[in-house]
Amino acid sequence: MNDAAEKFRSPLAAEVVGPEAEAQFERVWEKPSGWRRISAVNNSVIGRRFILTTFMFFLAGGVLALLIRTQLIVPENDLLSTEVYNQFFTMHGTTMMFLFAVPMMEAFGVYLIPSMIGTRDLCFPRLSAFGYWCFLFGGLLLYSSFLIGSAPDGGWFMYVPLTTKEFSPGINQDFWLLGVTFVEIASITGALELIVTILRMRAPGMSLHRMAIFAWYMLAVSFMIIFGFPPLILASILLEAERAFGIPFYDVTRGGDPLLWQHLFWIFGHPEVYIIFLPAAGLVSAMLPTLSRGPLVGYSLLVLAVVGTAFLSFGLWVHHMYATGIPRLALSFFAGASLAVSIPSGIQVFAWIATLWEGRPLLRTPLLFVIGFIIIFVIGGLTGVMVAMVPFDWQVHDTYFVVAHFHYVLIGGMVFPLFAALFFYLPRATGRMLSETMGKISFWMLFIGFNVSFFPMHLTGLLGMPRRVYTYPAGLGWDWLNLTSTLGAYMFAAGAVVFVVNVFWHVRWGEPAGDNPWEAGGLEWANPSPIPPYNIRSIPRVTSYNPLWDQPGLHDRIESAREYLPTATEGKREVLATSVVGAAPEYVLRLPSPSFVPLLAALATAATFIGFLISKYWIAAAGAATFLLILLFWLWEEPHEKHEKYVGNGLTLPIGSGSTGAHDWLGCLIFIFVDGAVFASLVYAYFYLWTSAAVWPPPGFAPETGTSAIIVLALTVLSLIVVGLTHWAASHHNRRGILLGLFLSLPVLGGLAYALFAAWGELPFNLKSHAYGALVVFIGGYFALHVLLSLCSALFSLARFFIGGAVPHKDVSALVFTQLSLYSAVVGLVAFAVIYLSPTAFG
Amino acid sequence: MISPALGFAARYFAGLVAAAVFLSTGCAGPQSALQPSGAAAREVAYLWWAMFWAGTAIFLLVLGLLLYASFQAPERRWRIAPVKMIVAGGVVLPIVALSILLVFGLRAGSGVSADLPENAISIRVTAHQWWWDIEYVDHRDPSRNFTTANELYLPVNQPVELLMTSSDVIHSLWLPRLAGKLDLIPSQTNRLVIEAEEPGVFRGQCAEFCGLAHAQMAFYAVAVPQEKFEAWAERQRSPATPPETRAVHAGKDAFDASGCVVCHTVRGGGAWGTEGPDLTHLGSRLTIAAGTFDNTRENVAAWIARNDDMKPGNKMPEFPHLDRETRLSIAAYLESLQ
Repeated sequence: MNDAAEKFRSPLAAEVVGPEAEAQFERVWEKPSGWRRISAVNNSVIGRRFILTTFMFFLAGGVLALLIRTQLIVPENDLLSTEVYNQFFTMHGTTMMFLFAVPMMEAFGVYLIPSMIGTRDLCFPRLSAFGYWCFLFGGLLLYSSFLIGSAPDGGWFMYVPLTTKEFSPGINQDFWLLGVTFVEIASITGALELIVTILRMRAPGMSLHRMAIFAWYMLAVSFMIIFGFPPLILASILLEAERAFGIPFYDVTRGGDPLLWQHLFWIFGHPEVYIIFLPAAGLVSAMLPTLSRGPLVGYSLLVLAVVGTAFLSFGLWVHHMYATGIPRLALSFFAGASLAVSIPSGIQVFAWIATLWEGRPLLRTPLLFVIGFIIIFVIGGLTGVMVAMVPFDWQVHDTYFVVAHFHYVLIGGMVFPLFAALFFYLPRATGRMLSETMGKISFWMLFIGFNVSFFPMHLTGLLGMPRRVYTYPAGLGWDWLNLTSTLGAYMFAAGAVVFVVNVFWHVRWGEPAGDNPWEAGGLEWANPSPIPPYNIRSIPRVTSYNPLWDQPGLHDRIESAREYLPTATEGKREVLATSVVGAAPEYVLRLPSPSFVPLLAALATAATFIGFLISKYWIAAAGAATFLLILLFWLWEEPHEKHEKYVGNGLTLPIGSGSTGAHDWLGCLIFIFVDGAVFASLVYAYFYLWTSAAVWPPPGFAPETGTSAIIVLALTVLSLIVVGLTHWAASHHNRRGILLGLFLSLPVLGGLAYALFAAWGELPFNLKSHAYGALVVFIGGYFALHVLLSLCSALFSLARFFIGGAVPHKDVSALVFTQLSLYSAVVGLVAFAVIYLSPTAFG
Repeated sequence: MISPALGFAARYFAGLVAAAVFLSTGCAGPQSALQPSGAAAREVAYLWWAMFWAGTAIFLLVLGLLLYASFQAPERRWRIAPVKMIVAGGVVLPIVALSILLVFGLRAGSGVSADLPENAISIRVTAHQWWWDIEYVDHRDPSRNFTTANELYLPVNQPVELLMTSSDVIHSLWLPRLAGKLDLIPSQTNRLVIEAEEPGVFRGQCAEFCGLAHAQMAFYAVAVPQEKFEAWAERQRSPATPPETRAVHAGKDAFDASGCVVCHTVRGGGAWGTEGPDLTHLGSRLTIAAGTFDNTRENVAAWIARNDDMKPGNKMPEFPHLDRETRLSIAAYLESLQ
């Protein structure tokens, strides 16, 4: 790579791209048309689809909200029955959280990040498409529950025991558990590829300290998703296992604990709030310099605030559980942490005010939405500080005060920035401007309607009205407050309708936007609107935070294909992979063309989930097996026909990489983070139930450290040695060593799988008799699954080298194998320690 | 067409005025956390008003800066050092304000878990979908324990401990005028100390979503002077009053014959069911159906026949086959259980 860095410093020279090369470039990046559109994979198409679909769910969730408000307009109303009301408020919350707020913000990431960091697509385009289909199918699965009148009705928080089979025997909660888990796949795939794209695909010269601010926000948020979603996924799997098969985890009569659900839910649920807010704040930070015609003030402080929020958000979850009887001292710790999180939010608010102060604000609709956002968000932040105080929260927890608080934070903190961003960025997609008049009307209706609806709710809550009640008696002082809230909600809805009308209107009649209509400084505007599918004509070298403002002529050089990678002469979609910190070019990264594989993989996944939902487990098994086959086909790729290529401006780079740190290796590493967070949650569940149990393991349950357990341990250690050998060979691109290591690993892993099976047979208990046994089997089963996964990975890598003609310095399959099997061995050692050693060590 | 709309607008406006007056009179209401009648609730109400005024001041400051930065002509603005402003507003201001708040907040509300003398009144509350089983516990003499439902009697100015659990899903007991809420969780006992500082009837409600009839899982706390409380407890301890009139006798016969005894207890009345609330002294209670309807003969009679319309989801079977007369006589019997 030293050579490449050397060449990178050479002066840029202009080269002319001929019309033939121009046409070929356009052809390579062309969107598929007609029915083949469903095979599209690139981020501009997927991102737009994602935004549109999530907006549809937003409208659906909004309709549910209006029905809820209409039911509450007068006391003792009988518009909705209690069954229907419970389904509506559950689906309202579920929709807004899982089908709108998180995916909408990720969709903005998918759509904007590549062009903001000066590249052409995300690093795993087929994964974006797969994520989109999972999101769509998962959302439709959830909403299909309305067709049979069995929508989830346990609240979006799904507290057990209310949602266990005993108290919710219907299929309602299964729709939630499976639908939401399905949808979460999309959140995780999106986060994974945003991380790798942001770290490895920034335009040359866009080092971390001048990275587009939105990319910093999305990087932090993506890591939060990577670690925050797995606890809920695990909690849902455990609950579904209890509901479907009677395996106890939460059942108090069999050693479970209902608070385990609450802990796992809120370890996810609190970061979730910031997962929603931070990207929206990131959009504000990204738009504000342009809207105030000046530089972003306090860039480093903002980055610090974002990273600080990301860390703190994982230490706050118990503030949702103040009323569960947790000792006061522990609560005080979480109260302190909850107050501390207001510091990074304060930094952001004042950085935005300072940016406005230093600039010349452009008082158009997006800025109005930003100002409205700050006003509402500050109120939500102040009430947030109030509810962080333990005794105050004991009064207002689960009342309309909290409803008011989090709608101020979420509608203020996410929906208002969203409207600003839609107004600001839609011209980039459609090539036309929205109507300023309609924009301002919609802003005022939304702003006034919101406050009329939600401000009185603070008082409604203080006067004693709890949440999630479908009716209330007259005479408690709540009547006029509820009427006002409902009228405000209608006004808010009317404002949203005006906004939607504006969107329809502008597609046809809006003023043409031209290039860079807001005269912005970021690379996302370095192309004509509507934006071409390749996002950016040639990949520039960046020397400033606002390249279009500070690098004169850059826009023209990008447009006239005089920067890097101006052609696609081999007929392949290509981008530059650059180094993590300094963004020095390292290799040419080839991206896949349109493909039906993601859709097929998502359909197979859907079959798995539907099989579980209708308790036809053979369908689920067939779906999973099909998915695995599709995955192998997906990961298989042809070796590159040449080893390096000239990318323009005096720079020649290798094509692809077979080293640690390559984008696909990094993607696998992030996947292991997700996987590791699932395992950590499982181990957390084990120790949590231990702390609430009188005796652990329950009498007669402790497994003996017998022969098979010792064999498992020995083979796990042996696998570590083989993995070490393979890793050494793979990092030295030594073909023989790789093959030797892979071959050796086959009997070791195979033997390990067999020994685990034998150890399972020796367990002295029934899976369904106690939560202890259930967790031991799940921890062991998790390990066994990873042994099998490592085995598949070894076979796949062998196939790559024998049949696929892979060469060690271009292929990461062996390194991916060592990553996976190293992780699997670590899981094995932890599992051994937890199952066999911890009861004697701490018991 | 215009006059109804006008009438509505006038009433709405009058309501807003009423709301404003209402605000200025201290946010009163039978279930208002801002009209405290107990020490714990009063501390929180003080905390609220302190936070409200401090929060308003901070909000106005930020709003002023924001509007100034957005709307004042750029050339006429004061010059600032932007990074200093971020540090002052985003770091120093919250640290100072929150440190003060934390000191106040940590002190408030500790009474709800205070230690009590051994002879203090203990009440075991067990939540069910969707009603409250209430057992007064005498630690020295368990034979003096007695059970009631959906109504808490409290002696004024005496701290009382509630030992709370649930028989099914998670519920939360909340009496805003006396104290904050605490969850009732199966297989776990949570302890809450409350104290009423004045006589009165306070409404409370389940605050944790618990399924179909969550909205109608209320209860009342009745605070009375010490001697009245003793008299009430003595009567609750005693078995049910035997029927005195022929009509009441007929009601008891119908009660026994219709299967009510399978689920309900009437101590001394030959009913020992435990699925539903104890009815031994139902006649002395203010409401039926967990704080949902006034305890009148008409309401009880209606409840027997069509309780699922009145409180959808509740677990009591309906007895539509009983004629109105029979139901009224059962209601008369229950009314006699003073």
